[in-house]
Amino acid sequence: MKTVKKIFSNQIVIPLAALIILALFNLIADPSFYKITLGLNSDGNPVLTGYLITILDSGAELAILAIGMTLVTAASGGQDISVGAAIAISGSVMLRLLCGPTANSQTLLMPIACAFLIAMVVSMLFGAFNGVLVAIFKIQPMIATLILYTAGRSIAAWINQNQLPVVVDPTFKYFGGYIPGCPVPTAFIIAVICMIIIGLVLKFTNLGLYTQCVGINERSSRLNGLNPTFIKILAFVIMGMCVAVAALIKVSRISTINYSVIAKDIEMDAILAVALGGNALSGGKFNVWGSIIGAYVIQFLTTTLYKFNVSSVALPAYKAVVVIILVVASAPTVRDKFAELSKKMKSKKSVKEAA
Amino acid sequence: MKGVVLVEQDVLLTMRGICKSFPGVKALQNVDFTLRRGEIHALMGENGAGKSTLIKVLTGVYSKDEGDIVLDGQTAVIRNPQDAQNMGIATVYQEITLCPNLSVAENIYIGRGKDKSVKWKKMYTEADKILENLDIPAKGNMQLGNCSLAVQQMIAIARAVDMDCKVLILDEPTSSLDEQEVAKLFKLMRDLKARGVGIVFVTHFFDQVYEVSDRITVLRDGQLVGEYLIENLPRVQLVSKMLGKELDEQEDLRAEHPAFEQEAGAAPIFEAEQLQSNAGIYPFDFYIKKGEVNGFAGLLGSGRSECVRAIFGADKVIGGTVKKNGKKIKIRRPIDAMKNGIAYLSEDRKSDGIIGDLSVRDNIILASQVLKGFMRPYSKAEANKLADEYIKLIQVKTASRDTPIKSLSGGNQQKVIVARWMLMHPEYLILDEPTRGIDVGTKQEIQKLALQFASEGMSVTFISSETDEMLHTCSRLIVMRDRKVVGELSGEDLTSNKIMSTIAGGEDK
Repeated sequence: MKTVKKIFSNQIVIPLAALIILALFNLIADPSFYKITLGLNSDGNPVLTGYLITILDSGAELAILAIGMTLVTAASGGQDISVGAAIAISGSVMLRLLCGPTANSQTLLMPIACAFLIAMVVSMLFGAFNGVLVAIFKIQPMIATLILYTAGRSIAAWINQNQLPVVVDPTFKYFGGYIPGCPVPTAFIIAVICMIIIGLVLKFTNLGLYTQCVGINERSSRLNGLNPTFIKILAFVIMGMCVAVAALIKVSRISTINYSVIAKDIEMDAILAVALGGNALSGGKFNVWGSIIGAYVIQFLTTTLYKFNVSSVALPAYKAVVVIILVVASAPTVRDKFAELSKKMKSKKSVKEAA
Repeated sequence: MKGVVLVEQDVLLTMRGICKSFPGVKALQNVDFTLRRGEIHALMGENGAGKSTLIKVLTGVYSKDEGDIVLDGQTAVIRNPQDAQNMGIATVYQEITLCPNLSVAENIYIGRGKDKSVKWKKMYTEADKILENLDIPAKGNMQLGNCSLAVQQMIAIARAVDMDCKVLILDEPTSSLDEQEVAKLFKLMRDLKARGVGIVFVTHFFDQVYEVSDRITVLRDGQLVGEYLIENLPRVQLVSKMLGKELDEQEDLRAEHPAFEQEAGAAPIFEAEQLQSNAGIYPFDFYIKKGEVNGFAGLLGSGRSECVRAIFGADKVIGGTVKKNGKKIKIRRPIDAMKNGIAYLSEDRKSDGIIGDLSVRDNIILASQVLKGFMRPYSKAEANKLADEYIKLIQVKTASRDTPIKSLSGGNQQKVIVARWMLMHPEYLILDEPTRGIDVGTKQEIQKLALQFASEGMSVTFISSETDEMLHTCSRLIVMRDRKVVGELSGEDLTSNKIMSTIAGGEDK
């Protein structure tokens, strides 16, 4: 009984339950949803295909961003809404470095890894900019990041003088597609690597403890020797790293960039993933695995709706309905009601037994 | 009433038998208060004595449970702050509640215009007239935010006066003013007094009470202690009335406890010279020896917490030096102090102590973990072991080490915080009000712990609002009044009487 209670008090339960319900729904409606086949793609490489693979592949960016968004939320008690715009900047920097100022270079001007690392530094600097506004100037995170949200896509277009560079080199396609010989989508592999890294960081450093302390009680944290300003900025810088990785996958998928459309509204999905993961958007305690599952719940839902031929125009409305149910179910007031109800049921039961 | 005969003809306001309860607390029990025309009446009491509640009942912020209010001979029904204002009861709060971005004249007239349109010229000239009349150095067309705090305070008063207030309540008006500004404010208060306004003056500055007031009403634990003419109530007696001890019933409690062994002639382990922080205390000197227990005595707001916060680097240090074993050390932030072996249990457990949502374990290991470093977390097994060890050592009553600290009782939360700092093995432990808001049994346990730590060679500073506790624990007391160190007591001088007379200062030496 106690273990059952423990499981249900865990915050991962709700996103996990949502995932299972979605899975069951698909199983009943059409078991072919789970069919995974090994075929050859247009380049002649063996690749896995199927709806599940699509989910793991397309959900990668969101899962990676959910990691950063969880830390930002926990430390600052607010959200970063500049994520999509920052991806545009980071992607634009990468393409500028690879294709040069005229945007028509037929060969790569520098190794992809090099371009990626420079883009990462740039997006960490933008993260630090957000962090400084929040931690030092005490601006509400949503307002502080609104600045980059507004300016980001223009900055991205400006970096390439509004041209649309196209990377011709096929190796650049690997990150959003498949590495020859490996049937698993690369984006998913990258996402797993990110998860392993954050898992190790949380285990072997005090990032988790410090971030939670600052998010729960900044004054106490300071009196215990922490530097809340630094920790908040750090969270935004880590968010910047996640942005760079997501940007790499995004631009690799199409080998080019569309400044106004790339990663549009992805910040809202990332925030939703954090919320679905059972994390309080007011900061403090967090569970990064909850957010990652939350991200995949969102992707699972999207893919399911596509499968049932919901038109892309109507999709957000369907999504909203499911989100309402999930968010209401995980709201503390509803949880308390449920707890009360189960208590009542139990006492009734015991009365009956006694009788 | 305790032997004070009232002169009835001048009575302006009478509050009789006022009771007010909040869930679980009786904030006011049968309190009487009388205000006469043209007097400055100080309302005194420690925190939680019921001063603010009484004022809020009078101004209609709270509704009273029982009792009558008679204003100008008529029973007054005050349902909300608007009623109070209409009856001529005005309040000026500690924080100025005017609009700094409007002009002085607008602030005086805001919210009370009867005309449909604003007659700017008329408003400015009338405002000037009022200001001149009250001798306030400001003009109607100045922006309020550009005036000094004292002048803003006075303008708030001018607004009240212009509304024909009969009763003016000043709630801690001087706490953010310097001495000259206070003098100006007092002059205005005396002017108003001469015009027949009854002024209720709430403050915790003793010198100011004795400088300007005619009468004092003392409250304690929601009950009336008494009403006194200022000349009949020497400072020492005021302190003892506020703290709830008659002078003659005090006993020397320190004798019950044996003194601690001190290394004779040892040099101090920590010293501070002319230390000053931005929290408004005057520079102070301080030292503590190894194994010594000392304390800061003084009323709330006297600056005792600010002193230890300056030592720990919790407030911004703006002057002076700190030495450890004779060597100068630099403390800019709490982490610097911790690295030098100083631990600080803060006064406000809820906002400055616990990390509410985290487990007891995480709360215990926090300070040591921070000292250990970002890259070197305790393993789960280590953390569990340490937490269990200290839960047992300090006898924290908790369901498990994984329980969130916020679900523990206040006393047990405090023990967890004590455990946190003990785990750090500090050389110098500062306990600021460690016993506030916790049950009697735990209070004693914490005092015993402090003594035990000291006997093991730790230096301890113990601060408490309860003189008894300080006498139990401290072998030396630094006495503070009005943010200044005013004396030091040790040995035979450590008696309640002596402490109180030093706290009170003034005429009773």
